[in-house]
Amino acid sequence: MLSILRSMWLTFLHAFHKRDTIQYPEHKAKLSTRWRGRIVLTRDPDMGERCVGCYLCAAACPVDCISLQSTEDETGRRYPEFFRINFSRCIFCGFCEEACPTFAIQLIPDFEMAEYNRQNLVYEKKDLLIDGEGKYPGYNYYKVAGLAIGGKGKGEAINESEPVDVKSLMP
Amino acid sequence: MEESAPNYFLIAGGVLFVMMNVAAGLIWVERRMLALWQDRYGPNRAGPFGLFIVLADTLKLLFKEDWIPPFADKAVFVIAPAIVMTTVLLSFVIIPFAPGIMVADLNIGILFFLAMSSMGAYSIILGGWASNNKYALLGAMRGAAQMISYEVFMGLALMGVVLLAGSFNLRDIVEAQRGMWFVVPQLIGFVIFFIAGVAETHRLPFDIPEAESELIAGFHSEYSGMKFGLFFVGEYLGITLISCMVVALYFGGWLGPAFLPPVVWFALKTFVFISIFILLRASLPRPRYDQLMEYGWKILLPLTLLNLLVTAGIVLWMND
Repeated sequence: MLSILRSMWLTFLHAFHKRDTIQYPEHKAKLSTRWRGRIVLTRDPDMGERCVGCYLCAAACPVDCISLQSTEDETGRRYPEFFRINFSRCIFCGFCEEACPTFAIQLIPDFEMAEYNRQNLVYEKKDLLIDGEGKYPGYNYYKVAGLAIGGKGKGEAINESEPVDVKSLMP
Repeated sequence: MEESAPNYFLIAGGVLFVMMNVAAGLIWVERRMLALWQDRYGPNRAGPFGLFIVLADTLKLLFKEDWIPPFADKAVFVIAPAIVMTTVLLSFVIIPFAPGIMVADLNIGILFFLAMSSMGAYSIILGGWASNNKYALLGAMRGAAQMISYEVFMGLALMGVVLLAGSFNLRDIVEAQRGMWFVVPQLIGFVIFFIAGVAETHRLPFDIPEAESELIAGFHSEYSGMKFGLFFVGEYLGITLISCMVVALYFGGWLGPAFLPPVVWFALKTFVFISIFILLRASLPRPRYDQLMEYGWKILLPLTLLNLLVTAGIVLWMND
């Protein structure tokens, strides 16, 4: 009986506590940068597409909401011909971001993406691609990859040494 | 207190109107109070302070599909929610809101109240049985057992007050409290009556018949639309009724310092008890079914009998 009265009193004291509610549309909560919200495709510092169409995000996606087709331009750079995310299926798990080897696909702290029409939740590449680098500025995959593409030969990447001539006996 | 006929209808209609509005308004009050005690805001968007939430709830209940399951006993299914409303509203007949504001000045007021609250158990049993659904039936059985067992000592707890006032008439009982509110000599009786009242209206923590985690929604699982709404509003009416009874029986009814009119005193005191009902809901967990029955039969009933015995003894001793 006393413990009942005590718990009632303690609950009553909550009338004088500060309320925890955030009045959402007027006040917005500060979300951390690693919040897993809307998915974007980012660009490298030279404003080229970061995505190289490796399909790892689509493979990692547990609900199969990512669909893409990779292609190559004339210099040998790979890029996605189309890139489509069905946000009505997406569970915002962030596996795609973890799987991505080039920091291209990123989840950002934006969750306000409600639509009246379900079809509008299917985002195409033009909806996903942003004009910025997202959370990882300064990273350019093709600048560090030891891959010969247009304008950059073998051994010209950052932190890369000249390729070894395997047919030579010289050290 | 002889009333002329038009005045009588005015009072009856007024009480009905006020009670229905209070019951509807309690939807908002409860949500705001619960939110206050849980560090939230509750409804605050629709209209000033979210008051239009009542309107929205009513509209929703009216326009929802009012579905009667094909396997249900149709007639009983429809009548059951009406019974709870009718019995609770009829109980308000005997509440003295102020000198002169009383629908029926019954000499057996308390007996009428007890009879009507017993009838309320029918609503639960019939509602659960007519739904022809196992969960609803289980909820109805639990509700019936709870209401019937708590009613036994609810009536007995009141008898202490009746002994002290020497009348079953609620107006006389209030008048008898001019010197001292009955909560002082009848503290145990008040506590027991209040607990039994909470169980009688099957409010939390005694919401055994509804126990949504075990029984979906208990006896009203199959109800929808305004038929569910009647159960819902009936519960709020029950809270108001028990609060009114507690005030009239133990807290001096309309009596109070003269700077406020008697009706206001009654309303204020009633509101305090309605708030306590909501505070109970905010703070206590639901007991297990066997704990509930054990608590009722093994602790509260002997305590009530003892209270009655001691009160009767003291009254006899004082009269000698």
